[in-house]
Formats: sequence, C-alpha cells, structure tokens
Amino acid sequence: MSPTAKPAAKPKLAIFGAGSCGGCDVAIANIYEHIVEVGDAFEIVLWPTIMDGKYADIEALADGDITIALINGSMRTEETVHLAKLLRRKSKLMVAFGSCASEGCIPGLANLSSRREIFDTVYATDSTDNPDGVRPTWEYKAPEGTLHLPEFEPQLRTLEQVVDVDYVIPGCPPESEQIWAVLQAVVAALNGTGPLPPKGSVLGAGTSTVCDECDRKRDVKRIDRFVRITDQAAFDPEICLLEQGLPCNGPATRSGCGALCPAVGAPCIGCYGAAEGVVDYGARLMSAYASVISADKTDEIDTILDGIVDPAGQFYRFSLATSLLRGGRSAWKNGGEE
Amino acid sequence: MTTEIATFEPVIIGFTCNWCSYRAADLAGTARVKYPPNIRLIRLMCSGRLDPTFVLKAFAEGADAVMISGCHPGECHYIEQNIKALRRFELLRRTIQQMGIEPERLQLVWASAAEGTRLANEIARVTEEVRALGPLNWPAGRNGHLDAAGLEAAWEATGGEPGGPPETPGGENPEHAAEAKR
Repeated sequence: MSPTAKPAAKPKLAIFGAGSCGGCDVAIANIYEHIVEVGDAFEIVLWPTIMDGKYADIEALADGDITIALINGSMRTEETVHLAKLLRRKSKLMVAFGSCASEGCIPGLANLSSRREIFDTVYATDSTDNPDGVRPTWEYKAPEGTLHLPEFEPQLRTLEQVVDVDYVIPGCPPESEQIWAVLQAVVAALNGTGPLPPKGSVLGAGTSTVCDECDRKRDVKRIDRFVRITDQAAFDPEICLLEQGLPCNGPATRSGCGALCPAVGAPCIGCYGAAEGVVDYGARLMSAYASVISADKTDEIDTILDGIVDPAGQFYRFSLATSLLRGGRSAWKNGGEE
Repeated sequence: MTTEIATFEPVIIGFTCNWCSYRAADLAGTARVKYPPNIRLIRLMCSGRLDPTFVLKAFAEGADAVMISGCHPGECHYIEQNIKALRRFELLRRTIQQMGIEPERLQLVWASAAEGTRLANEIARVTEEVRALGPLNWPAGRNGHLDAAGLEAAWEATGGEPGGPPETPGGENPEHAAEAKR
C-alpha cells in the first residue's frame, strides 16, 4: 500500500423518502444505538431527513457506486420519479422500504380520484381560504426566467411500478427490530459471512398471515354484524376480533409485525401488505369476510354488510395501487384529468 | 344512440357451476335455444369456488361485465357454498361501485340444470344491460403484467400532456376497436 492510499472505502448507503410521512425514517432511527453501527458499516451518502445531502452529489457518483438504497414513500410527483430513477442507476441494490414504496399505502387511496378531484379537495372546499381560486401550475414565467414545479402525476405509483426493485421490506412503518435484522443480514452478506437473499425477496417479515401470529382464540366462524370500536371494554380480550364483529384484516395480511394491534384490542388494518401468494389483497379479504357472514338471504346479508361503511378503504387501505384494478375509474379516465 | 353504442359488442365473462348452471347452458345448446355470443363461459366446480380475484382480474383485463351463476339457494351440490357466492357478490358489488364500476356489470343468476331457457334469457338480458352501459375499457390490466419499462410506456399513454390526453388512456381494447371498424 502506498503512503497516499486511502483506507478501503466503506459501502455506500442511501436512504430516501419520496412521497412519505417520515414514519419510515423514524422507524429506522428507532433502532437506537445500532444506528452507530450502521454508520460504522456504511458511508451514508443520502438521508435527507437526518443529514444534509445534495442531489448533485448523487448525480456525481459513478453508476452502481451506492451499494444499497432504501427508498420509502410513494411515487406521485415528477421529482420522486426522477430521484427513484437516479438512485436506481447509482445503486447495486434497491429496496422498496415500507408500505408506500412497496404497495402505495394510504396515499395510494388517492387513486380512487382523478387529479382534478384531488385538487378540488385541496384547493376548493368550503373551508379552504383561497379567494382567487389559485391552483398549482407546473410552469411559471417570471421576469427572471421560467420556474418549474415538479408535476403532480395523474396517478400514484409504487417504486416497483417505476424502477426495478431488488427487495421489499413491508410495513407501515416496518418494525424497527425487523429493520435492524435486515441491515445486519446485509452487512453480513457484504462481509462475505452470509448469503444475500435472492432477488425479489420480501425481507423483514414472515410468509404467513397476522392471524397466525395472533394469540386470540378463534372458534365460531359466524359473524352477524360488523361494528366499529366505540367502547373497548365491550369486547372480549381473548376472542378473535373478527368473530366479535370488528373488521380485522388479519386473514389476508402478511405476518411479521407480531400481531401488535389485535393484541391490544385494535383490529389489524393490513399495513404489512398481502400475505405470500395473495394476488389481490382486497379480493382475499372479501372472500374471507363473505365466508363467515351468518346470513343467507340478500336483505340480511346487506344489513350485515352495511356495517362496513367504506369497503374500498377497508379492503384496500394499503394496497390499492398494487391491486388488480389499481385505482378508481375516474383516476384512469382522460389520464386522470377529470 | 351513438354509433359506438350501436356497434358495441360487450365481452362478458360467465362463471358457471358444474352441477347446475353449466348444465343449464349445455341444455340450452342441446335444445338449440339462442343466446348472444357475448358471454364466455368458464366452468367451476361450484359457484362457491369463485374467488373475488377472478372477477377483478376479468374487469382489469378487458371484460365489460362478469356474470356469476350457480344452483338455486338450497340446491347447492355442496350444501351452501352458493350462499358464499351470494355474499361475495354482494360485497364485490359494493366495492367495485366505489372504484367507479357500475354494479350492473356484476350479475348473479341462479339456474338449475333444467333451466336452459332461463339461463339463455338471462344472458340476453345481461348482454343488453351491459350494451346500454357501454364499454368498460379498464386500462389497468393491460398494464398489469408489464415490466417497469412497459408500465412506463403505458403510463406516458395515460396522458397529463398538454393538448389533451387520449379518450381511453392505456390504449383501445383491441376487441372493441375491431368491433368499431366493422
């Protein structure tokens, strides 16, 4: 080694939040002191939530220079799509981190509406103070030159619908101990002491369903009502929530969270996404619910189903953008303009 | 009536059960009862086998409507599985309505093995109802199995460009386009 040679460069890590709430970044920070070990193992080149970083620095890197990029958040604007493509080019491994990046999450429900409907809600409701009816424009000609805003795309997409993705870490947000386990596995693989999982793997989660991790007792598969929680004391702490009429998404949701919500009396909302082998999350759930409703006449069935006030929201709360229909009709019509 | 509706031939996917409705269709054939050729029948062992995924996949990949059919309530070969189909149908109708798909595009028809004429009449009724609704032209499914590059191309086609996006983003349904040319 010549005297001027630098020590061996650490593998580079990029963490980027696209259309996200920041919860995924918090979940990473929640690995507590292990974050120091992450800093030891990697050179963090981009993590806008935590440290300063310039897009230009990323553009200056050689293609494939970043070892692993964890992308959270959804693809809704021109900017996030651009960054996803840029990071894909610069990274050897790309991970769809969290529900938004992997399946669209709650922001994906906006795919039930067209761009115009969304903007009407944001800029033109009765309680909106917008007397001039200002709407965003993507281009504005000022005397000093033309200004650009990243365009709000007609539909929300997941990371995988924009670029090639190597791994998926599900969850809204992913559980911190699962994140740490995945990071350890990646470090081990980089040190040559462990195998890298096959491309396309779902990391940091199980393959079964939340019901399999849930300790509640299941036996009667007949439901005569669907209700929302008003008084938690009214529900038995040991019996399956679905059996007690709470719409619980456990039967279709991937295991990995440890069934945290049902353990404290809240029904599973499905944040870990579809269980292994499920083509359409909502379809699986509709099938499960329909099987256990205890009514065999149309009007009785309808009365029970009235308890599910928002079926699309119930069945596709996290997965609409990756469902078979991908969204509502108005989001497709005329390119989502109307 | 516009020209498009006059020349529009709906594509309907029909799920039939092995014991009643498929045999009803068979009987209609043997008895030479006429019904519109718009329906494509798929035989399941039981209407209870109908996974809601099948229905959504049909819509996503170009069907204008889906017809589920099975044995009359109380006459199911598997005791009560047709009732499960009824519940799935009710739940699906509510969900697709929120997606902007008219509930009439999903139909449930009971037909015993002896009711060939009834099934044929129901197929004719559903065909005319869907014809009146017009094409569904759901663009998602044709993008559904594409890789990232293909999806990107399909995405560009969904517009947002100045000058007006295409009327049916994601491209014309080839089957409908062929119909329109005739």
